[in-house]
Amino acid sequence: MLAVESVSKRFGGLMAVDNASLALEPGGIVGLIGPNGAGKTTLFSMISGFVAPSDGRILFEGTDITGEEPHRRAERGIGRTFQIVQPFAGLTVCENIAVGAYLRHAKRADAIGKAREVARRVGLAAELDRPAGGLTVAGRKRLELARALATEPKLLLLDEVLAGLNPSEIRDIIPVIRGIRDEGVTILMIEHVMQAVMNLCERVYVLAQGRMIAEGKPAAVCADPRVIEAYLGHGAAARLAAEGAAHG
Amino acid sequence: MTARDLIPIAVLAVLAALLPLVVTSSPVMNFLVFTLIVALGAQGWNILGGFGGQFSFGHAAFFGTGAYVTAILQLRYGVNAWAGLLLATAAGAAVAWAIGFLSFRSGLRGSYFALVTLAFAEVFRILANAASFTGGAAGLLIKLDVHPANLQFADRAVFYWLVLAFVTGVLLLTRWIQRSRFGAQLVAVRENEDAAKALGVDSLKVKLRAIALSGAVTAMSGCLYAQYFLYIDAHIAYGSWISVELLLAPIIGGVGTVFGPVVGALTLHGLGELAKQFAGRIPGIDLIVFGSVLVLAVAFARGGILGLLERLRDRGRGMVARGAKEVSHAGR
Repeated sequence: MLAVESVSKRFGGLMAVDNASLALEPGGIVGLIGPNGAGKTTLFSMISGFVAPSDGRILFEGTDITGEEPHRRAERGIGRTFQIVQPFAGLTVCENIAVGAYLRHAKRADAIGKAREVARRVGLAAELDRPAGGLTVAGRKRLELARALATEPKLLLLDEVLAGLNPSEIRDIIPVIRGIRDEGVTILMIEHVMQAVMNLCERVYVLAQGRMIAEGKPAAVCADPRVIEAYLGHGAAARLAAEGAAHG
Repeated sequence: MTARDLIPIAVLAVLAALLPLVVTSSPVMNFLVFTLIVALGAQGWNILGGFGGQFSFGHAAFFGTGAYVTAILQLRYGVNAWAGLLLATAAGAAVAWAIGFLSFRSGLRGSYFALVTLAFAEVFRILANAASFTGGAAGLLIKLDVHPANLQFADRAVFYWLVLAFVTGVLLLTRWIQRSRFGAQLVAVRENEDAAKALGVDSLKVKLRAIALSGAVTAMSGCLYAQYFLYIDAHIAYGSWISVELLLAPIIGGVGTVFGPVVGALTLHGLGELAKQFAGRIPGIDLIVFGSVLVLAVAFARGGILGLLERLRDRGRGMVARGAKEVSHAGR
């Protein structure tokens, strides 16, 4: 469904993303993890069209979309949320979601109807008429999710939708994400909350310093010495192994 | 659009239409016609600035284009004034689209966009002042020939009704924008352009549609100005005074609302006229009033007069709700 082929992004002298590749099959939830500054959000921005790659190409359902504008990609069915939530602060929750719904519903009544339905799914039904600026952090995260969902995407890119939430809020939102997958939407998520990654993702890609260093089942990836080193520093894997042996 | 959306517009239009039956003094009619022409232009500004969040400081570019196009067409090519009105409106849309294309495509926003529009208006002013085609510094005098076919009327009230009809039409247009997909996308671009793009909004297209509509409406007001006063020069048509008028009215009245520009224009010019009546000796007293009202609006009424009224109403409702609660507690 999505193929990212050896994509790179240079910001001046900095290689934010260096020859990274990734492939998604339809259905399922795939995670994208990595230490801070690894280039995850930059990679997301390239997939959704906000940043042009310096090199490489991106295919969606077999079509090369590397040079397309973000709104064209949304029309094709790529939805995204922002790590730093971007509500339309002056509008109500319902109007916010309706902007997404208008993509596939030209009539106001249809768009509002769609917005209400999506709000119910993500648990915002009670807040529909509140100004979006007045929502809690958890509420804003749900709103990000709802707006993206209202565009009826085939592929949903979630950029840290769980960050900043407390454990009970995370517990509440995980079934929502799983529900979206069950309806046939493919999900690629950047996440730091490992409990959620282990819980949700069938497969995980690991990005470190712009390079894709590992890929596979979450449990296997977390045991991968390269991944441990990327997070904890050079030699950490060997140290951990030695400590484990000593205690064993 | 539902009946609830349309009734306030209809009521306002009918009440305003009855006014000439009560008021017959010609200075007052003059004042009303001029204020409505400003309100119309301000409604144009509000489509782009209020709903789209793109603050133009140079709507004179469109106002002046409307005025000059109709004047030149009539004087140089003998075109009928009504056709002139139509062509002037189209010219306003075209000029606006071109300015929008140049500035939005290069990603200008905020103060940069404001400065570029100001620059365009100034360039037009200087060109119109220099070229003989536009009558140069002497300006253009539309031939007095009072006949409805020439868009000139013996009775001021008829012109008033005409401008009122345009203002009402644009009120309806604005209400439609507010309730349509285009409006939702326009407001989304105003609030957060990147988020809008991610939701499939073609922000360039939306902004270009908004500026073209905005330019068309403002050009219409410029054309009506020329037709009412029958004289324009570069300073009147393209002067920064009109750019300021057109943005002050919505800001005072309530930016991004349907009635804001009309309320703002009436308030500003009403107060200005009153000040002139009471302190006629002091030149520029109306401008001092404009300035004071602007300062007050910015300091105390962020959403303009309409925003202030809404806040007062909400507070009133809150008090009523609290009162009801206390009563129900007392009843227990």
